Amino acid sequence: MAAIRFSNVGKRYEGGFDALTGVDFTLESGEMAFLTGHSGAGKSTLLKLIMLMERASRGQVQVGDQDLNSLSRREIPQHRRRIGVVFQNHHLLFDRSVFDNVALPLQIAGYDPQDAARRVRAALDKVGLLMREKQNPIALSSGEQQRVGIARAIVNKPSVLLADEPTGNLDPELSEGVMRLFEQFNRIGTTVLIASHDISLIERMRRRTLVLRGGRLVADGY
Amino acid sequence: MAIKPQEKASPRGAQKHHVGHLDKSRGWLRHHLEVAVQAFIRLTVTPVATFMTLAVLAIALALPGFLFTVVNNVQQFSSGWDTNPRIMLYLDASVSDARAEQLSLQLMLHDGLSGVELIDREQGLREFASYSEFAGMLSLLDTNPLPAVILVLPADHQASALQQLQGELEAIPEVSEAVLDLEWIQRLNAYLLMAERFSWVLSGLLALAVLLVVGNTIRMTLESRRDEIVVAKLVGATDAWVRRPFLYSGFWYGLIGSLFAYVLVQLSLYLITGPANQLAQLYSSSFMLQGLDLTSGLILVSTGTGLGVLGGFLSTGRHLREIEPS
Repeated sequence: MAAIRFSNVGKRYEGGFDALTGVDFTLESGEMAFLTGHSGAGKSTLLKLIMLMERASRGQVQVGDQDLNSLSRREIPQHRRRIGVVFQNHHLLFDRSVFDNVALPLQIAGYDPQDAARRVRAALDKVGLLMREKQNPIALSSGEQQRVGIARAIVNKPSVLLADEPTGNLDPELSEGVMRLFEQFNRIGTTVLIASHDISLIERMRRRTLVLRGGRLVADGY
Repeated sequence: MAIKPQEKASPRGAQKHHVGHLDKSRGWLRHHLEVAVQAFIRLTVTPVATFMTLAVLAIALALPGFLFTVVNNVQQFSSGWDTNPRIMLYLDASVSDARAEQLSLQLMLHDGLSGVELIDREQGLREFASYSEFAGMLSLLDTNPLPAVILVLPADHQASALQQLQGELEAIPEVSEAVLDLEWIQRLNAYLLMAERFSWVLSGLLALAVLLVVGNTIRMTLESRRDEIVVAKLVGATDAWVRRPFLYSGFWYGLIGSLFAYVLVQLSLYLITGPANQLAQLYSSSFMLQGLDLTSGLILVSTGTGLGVLGGFLSTGRHLREIEPS
């Protein structure tokens, strides 16, 4: 089954700039792939289309069996709960603890607090930050902050995990660690799509790689 | 120590979770409670600013509350009086008591009158003495200076008929003056109507002020929590979820502000109770100044609270779309 399917997708921003043109690809459920290209090639736009931060101007984006064009504004939150996202700049909240940051998606989805606490600790354990749950994320290193962001992205077990330049601010060793984490999640069935311009890292991972250039998909392979 | 979540019937672990209906409604209630408490705590974090806002709200809500109470009181005060028109026939001082009695009996047979009451000179003196501070002076006089009065109730209340009747009665030789005792009640009622209308207009304006004050206060906290809103929306928060804390802020502002307003109104009324009761005594009325009763108090508090929530709702409405993750 396809986890993500793009059919002739185009995205034109106001002012006539084409961020994506005629993008076609299918990511099978349980697949792990990289999305690469120079900055401005359309990587972020493609991810935004998947989580409905933007809507496609042309073509069809499908996540699971859901055609995103048919989702109304009211249905977007429910859609986003099925997708975990890791951001380059973490998007952590510094007015609350690591634990509360990771618990946010569960709170929003209405989990029972005890159940939520259990899941938060499990997620923090997976990224190796269980001992830091009470700390404020501002006290953590950049690599640790990124792992908190990953824990938050996977805490409600999304079927699709997206990452936008997750290693952008990390040194090679930390980047490697973060990639191993993504591989772990992929191994238990999560579909993973990682946007990155770190070519050497991508080559070492030996995974399917989608290459964007000027908004067009110019290569798709291993 | 990590506890591995037990997944049911899921050969590949990463299946999406389901939150049951019961769990959902329980979670919804719990979230409301949490958010309400957090919103209250947030108010106490900046006590001075919060107090200022609450003071403005209290004054804006107390003014109409006070006005309505006053109008209400005056209405009650005046409703004690017969609003039926009546004509006072002041008899000549030279008319004897017996003649006055006879005249009143004659008037009872008059077709145009529905009631006749004689207040003879003795009775007039007694009433005057009991209600007036000038009672002491009367004892200085040898004779009773008051004329006898016949009070008649006209059957026909139309203005032209009343005036005709007044003229007719004044023509009776024993009557020195026939006073149509109506106009001032009509005027008072007109004044009251105006005061009531004025209170409504003022209430409308002040309600608008309450909305603006709450709206603006919440808009500022909204700005400071922008990051939180963006992240929440990215991980799947609904508009209602994002909006909820701000609605509760508005709720607390409205509730506490209107409770303050209630106290203000009662306090102001307490201050004018003394003079008002004195005034009532002068009008020989058993009137007692009424504060805000339970119903009016509830109306004040629920209106204030409603305005607070509405202010929160309005200030977040536009911003929710503005603070879209981009």
